[in-house]
Amino acid sequence: MIRLEKRPTPSRWWTAATPVLAVLLTMVAGGILFAALGKDPVAAIRIIFWDPLFSAQYASYSRPQLLVKSGPLILIAVGLSFGFRANIWNIGAEGQYIMGALAGAAVALAFHPMEARWLIFPLMVMAGALGGWAWAMIPAILKARFRTNEILVSLLLVYVAERFLAAMALGRMRNPDGGGFPGSRSISGYPSASNPELIAGTGMHWGVVAAFIAVIFAYVLLHRHMMGFHVRLLGQAPRAARFAGVVPGRLIILCMGLAGLLAGLAGMFEVAGPAGRISIDFGSGYGFTAIIVAFLGRLHPIGILLAGLLLGLTYIGGELAQLTLGLPAAAIQAFQGMLLFFLLGLDFLSNYRIRLNRAEAA
Amino acid sequence: MDLSSINPAVLAASLMVAATPIMLAGIGELISEKSGVLNLGVEGMMITGAVSGFAVAVMTGNPALGFIAAVFAGMALALVFGVITQVLLANHVATGLALTLFGLGLSALIGQGYVGVNPPRTAKLEIPLLADIPVLGRALFGHDLIVYLSILLIAAVWAFLKFTRAGLILRAVGENHDAAHALGYRVVRVRLMAIAFGGACAGLGGAYLSLVRVPQWTEGMTAGAGWIALALVVFAAWRPWRLLVGAYLFGGIVVLQLNLQAADVRIPVHYLAMSPYLITILVLVIISSDRSRAALNAPGSLNRTFHAAQ
Repeated sequence: MIRLEKRPTPSRWWTAATPVLAVLLTMVAGGILFAALGKDPVAAIRIIFWDPLFSAQYASYSRPQLLVKSGPLILIAVGLSFGFRANIWNIGAEGQYIMGALAGAAVALAFHPMEARWLIFPLMVMAGALGGWAWAMIPAILKARFRTNEILVSLLLVYVAERFLAAMALGRMRNPDGGGFPGSRSISGYPSASNPELIAGTGMHWGVVAAFIAVIFAYVLLHRHMMGFHVRLLGQAPRAARFAGVVPGRLIILCMGLAGLLAGLAGMFEVAGPAGRISIDFGSGYGFTAIIVAFLGRLHPIGILLAGLLLGLTYIGGELAQLTLGLPAAAIQAFQGMLLFFLLGLDFLSNYRIRLNRAEAA
Repeated sequence: MDLSSINPAVLAASLMVAATPIMLAGIGELISEKSGVLNLGVEGMMITGAVSGFAVAVMTGNPALGFIAAVFAGMALALVFGVITQVLLANHVATGLALTLFGLGLSALIGQGYVGVNPPRTAKLEIPLLADIPVLGRALFGHDLIVYLSILLIAAVWAFLKFTRAGLILRAVGENHDAAHALGYRVVRVRLMAIAFGGACAGLGGAYLSLVRVPQWTEGMTAGAGWIALALVVFAAWRPWRLLVGAYLFGGIVVLQLNLQAADVRIPVHYLAMSPYLITILVLVIISSDRSRAALNAPGSLNRTFHAAQ
């Protein structure tokens, strides 16, 4: 009979190998899904994972997109990983992302048409971070003060943020010169507020820079700093953490605040750069995909960097497959969800040993 | 602003319709949580139920077949969650989230050809005599079968948990899985069945949304109903009848909010649309701030992974 035996410590080898295995299995299962949709599975997988980077026809356009799509994913996922390690489940990053974008855009629109980049852009960065942070503080404080379930509150606040975004795009932030159409003035077209491509042809913008800084910062914090130790302790041994002097409430505020801050920044850089303006459909699901990125990266900053690039690739590949194969946009979302399933399903390999015992007499 | 256009009898009738999807999903999740499993995939199972029920109903022209398909779709998705959390021992929270993300993608994929299609009408089942009572009759007894079924389901779950041996076993598994295991109960099997029931109910609730409540298919149409159902279980303190009360209260808020939108109140539509979510959060805070209550009612082994050493 097959039996699982708990390992004393998680296997390092399997911890690193399971994400790769999960990606491969998702490709196989995704191929079956695409075949069921009547598409050539091999071609679909090649278009999603290979062509955006290496095809002669598309790569020149889609290669820079890789950083554009991965930047926000990495930035948000790094923030989330702290909470997830400590068993604090902020799943409302999408809402914090939207509120960060709204706060950043509000600053830009308030100053329009003044030209003072040295003042406006830094203020927008601060406002974006603050907007996301404040939105994350709602579930954090409710959790710390009243033990309210942070999963439900943070998620429900996403719907509130989406309604607020719609209200802003149609109301206060609507472009006065836009002929009544919904959506704000162009922020990327406003020189003092725009978040341009820094090096032509790379897709590198300030948000991507922030993502790389966040990865380094998170690595140092997690492995070289007391707070990182406390985060890991609270997640793995809550009782021991209590004795070690960890105040859970303070850590909840810190972890959720960090996640909200980074998600808000991601939103602000997005609205000033790739998205360009506030519109009703600004929320693009980065906040949810970032959850997959955080897990696929094993909640480790370097892992998240790689996972963010991979999931960013599926976004571009998905768009390409939509164009060339007519693969529905939703297919890629199902594909990403499947990836998380496989990853979690394989997780037992790192925590448990498989034992095959032939019905021995005890 | 014209508040007089709001008719209380119509309000009560539409309240019951608005409450039914979350009540169904909630009662399923209640059983699942009573067995110790927190399934955060309710939203994903609901929307998959919504789309598969809709698709089958449109294809066959028979809403009843649609509802049955939704039950099986919800159950199938729930069993994926069940195998990953119970057999492969993965984290409940993360797996539930995966279920929701996957369900949203899958449903959008299945539902592509069905946007803008009208589903076959679900027949109303007017209860003879009772439906003829003025005002009240129309409000309470002029609904379709699923509305009555959802109330019967609440009663059945209540009786199951309170009076049957199987209900006692389910609660034992949820309160302390190690003790239940030591007594010889199959913890994993019980939980898998509870998860499947939760999925079936969520699927049915989703189909009610797409076939009766709206009735249309649009991407992401559940709009957080699954999450509200999860909050409802906390509000109900894991008690079936309180779940019914909570669902109807919530349904009342939703309907009132929609009526206010229609009545041209001076609050912008989008702010009114926030209210169900904000009220849910408020209720969660009030419930959880009562320290003694919150801790007493939650099943003891909720959200803990069970792994028998031998």
